[in-house]
Amino acid sequence: MLTLADLGILRDVAVTGTRVVVSLTPTYSGCPAMAEIRAEVASRLGAAGFAEVEVRTVLSPPWTSDFISPEGRRKLAETGIAPPRSRPKPTGGPVPLTLFARGPRVDCPVCGSADTERTAAFSGTACKDLYRCRACAEPFEHVKEV
Amino acid sequence: MGFDTAYEAISEESDSGHRWAFGTGFTDPLAGVDTSVPAGVDGLDLAAYCLMLGDDGLIMSHRLQQWLARAPELEEETALANIALDLLGQARLLLTRAGTADGSHRTEDDYAFGRTDREFRNVRIAEVADTDFAGLVARLLVFSTWRLALLVRLRGSADPVLAAVAAQGVKEIAYHRDYAAQWVIRLGDGTDYSRQRMEAGLAAVAPLVAELFAQSAVEERLAGVAVNPVELRAEFDAVLAQVLAEAGLAWPDVAGLAGVSGLSGRDGVHTEAMGYLLAEMQSVARALPGATW
Repeated sequence: MLTLADLGILRDVAVTGTRVVVSLTPTYSGCPAMAEIRAEVASRLGAAGFAEVEVRTVLSPPWTSDFISPEGRRKLAETGIAPPRSRPKPTGGPVPLTLFARGPRVDCPVCGSADTERTAAFSGTACKDLYRCRACAEPFEHVKEV
Repeated sequence: MGFDTAYEAISEESDSGHRWAFGTGFTDPLAGVDTSVPAGVDGLDLAAYCLMLGDDGLIMSHRLQQWLARAPELEEETALANIALDLLGQARLLLTRAGTADGSHRTEDDYAFGRTDREFRNVRIAEVADTDFAGLVARLLVFSTWRLALLVRLRGSADPVLAAVAAQGVKEIAYHRDYAAQWVIRLGDGTDYSRQRMEAGLAAVAPLVAELFAQSAVEERLAGVAVNPVELRAEFDAVLAQVLAEAGLAWPDVAGLAGVSGLSGRDGVHTEAMGYLLAEMQSVARALPGATW
């Protein structure tokens, strides 16, 4: 199972007796899963016997795809989602414009072929874009490098 | 504990009362974040500034949402929905920040659904309706280029909450700007007909540009917290020039849209479109105040 820690959105867990404080970071500003994740964490920890559960939002530093653990990347690929590559090092100064984007070269998570192409810059969630594999003809999602 | 299907997960019995689904009440997006106002910063001014940037995001997001089920292709619809979602997320954080900064503890919903048009502080480019897809990408290019230049600088704000919201937003808006720029190039450098439509889109948005670089009294008083929009113009012009050159387009020579007695979006003086937009956006909240479902 892919965990919150694998995805790098779990920042901290502090236990004091029967009290636990969990710190989470949203992947994107508008990630609609955050409310569900918070509620699920609170519910599970309550069921696990913690009398007091606090779930905190941590905004800084912002989440990046580099926070996804090696284990998380392996599990994403197993479920058919191409994991992100390492994020390009941010440069100082203005954010460079990308006028002719084909997306990074991504291996097909189904058959492993490198013969893939990006079909859309956005997909079913904010954190992914859409590819297809020319070798096995499967469409697949890829977690964007941000 | 894992579930075999999504249905199994959402139908699971829960004793905690925390069961959540869309429309059953969102949680505070700043829960657990230190929202104290930094020493020396005026909380009312900070709140007013958060409303400006939050309203820009909220109103632009609503206009983008109106493209859903109307976009030319599914891929573009997905793109516009995702861009709208990013902007809505930024707006939620900023409106919530406003309610903590002015001490009123108003929520994001209070601001979004409880204010009249004169109380909204968004720039007018966010509120105008798009006549076609070329008009939309022209507006999105201008809006994203300006907002990206703004958020890049806002990362250094003396308000840590604003700085954090900006740092997250930069990555999102940079992606929106690339999307818009790529479409402006495809349409501008496409057929004669697509170029004409793109030129018309630029001509429609051009009168709304000057307002983006006018400093309001609130921004002037918040030196160190707010970004002075005057400083964004050079970067904005350079990016637009790069995109237009690639697209084979020229920036239209048109006059700016005047305000009313010198007042415009940042003063709460909007175009006619704003009333219609709010009538739709606020209809459910006004018909059923406090409703949850």
